[in-house]
Amino acid sequence: MASVTDNVMRFFRSSSNPADDPAASRKITRRSSGMGEVLRLLKSQEGLCVLDMGSTSPGNIAFFTGHGHKNYSEDLLRSSLDPALRKQNDAGNSVIDSKKFLDENLLYPNAHFDVVLCWNLPDYMEESLVKPTIDRLWSVLKPGGFLLAFFHTREAGPDSTCYRYHVTDTDMLEMQEVKFAPPGRPASEKQSPRLQRVFNNRHIETLFRDFASIKFFLARDSIREVLVVR
Amino acid sequence: MDVPQTSEVAHIGKSVVIKGELSGSEDLYVDGKVEGKIELRSHSLTVGPNGIVKADVIAKAVVIQGKLDGSINASDRVELRKTAIVTGDVTTQRVAVEEGAFLKGKVEIQKEAGKAAPASS
Repeated sequence: MASVTDNVMRFFRSSSNPADDPAASRKITRRSSGMGEVLRLLKSQEGLCVLDMGSTSPGNIAFFTGHGHKNYSEDLLRSSLDPALRKQNDAGNSVIDSKKFLDENLLYPNAHFDVVLCWNLPDYMEESLVKPTIDRLWSVLKPGGFLLAFFHTREAGPDSTCYRYHVTDTDMLEMQEVKFAPPGRPASEKQSPRLQRVFNNRHIETLFRDFASIKFFLARDSIREVLVVR
Repeated sequence: MDVPQTSEVAHIGKSVVIKGELSGSEDLYVDGKVEGKIELRSHSLTVGPNGIVKADVIAKAVVIQGKLDGSINASDRVELRKTAIVTGDVTTQRVAVEEGAFLKGKVEIQKEAGKAAPASS
């Protein structure tokens, strides 16, 4: 039987160098048509509620609050790796308790957010959490609210880098490799999360079937951007 | 490490554990454990790198280097240093977050009457 540690470690890339790599902090940029649409909304109004589901980004907090919005940060990928969320199923296998996960995360009133920046979370999260998380996000989004998510295409490959995203004043996003120490490991053992799966268009449409509309943007870097409206 | 050097700052050392309500009229540096509520309306709170605070905080300025679980309401500014781990909502006029800080919660900028409220990173 795999230990809890073994189960958590499969969410990290074995090819990663455990040493803290200075290159991990280097930022690269990519154009984002989806973010461009979200920016038009963010620049046209004040006082919007924005949920950023990536790793805490000082730049994003400064950007959103600087434009008069309320910024909510919740790093759901990291939260999902909490060993305390794991339980044994009837077959004795370690599985994540999705009910407990949602009892402890994404605790907001219904119809609270105008914008949810999901980034690449669904691709790196344990599969059993993806649908319940999207369902919860539907609940906390306002009708007409935007959700932006990025999905890898099959061409990306299993060792595709997990990035965090920093918003800029244009449709260019700054990307930085995500590295953090697995739960219970010292900070010196930072590793990159591993791509868990690739969704095809049909899967994505099913995932967001409760939303009012869905728009795909195919980028050159093997990423499909998906902008959905509740 | 930003350990205040003046005698105007009250220190709670890393071996000290306090449960209850803390209020005062001087700056406070917490490097131990505090659970309850902290109210320093005209003064600043600094949670040191060893500090573990589980409390709602009301202060003029709040600097976090350690761990805080609770809401922060600062009339002037909030700084989350690179080692900060904060779970709770932040309401203030100015906020500065260093790369590496962890925040789970809301950041809301309360504008001072008649002034804009910039946020910096």
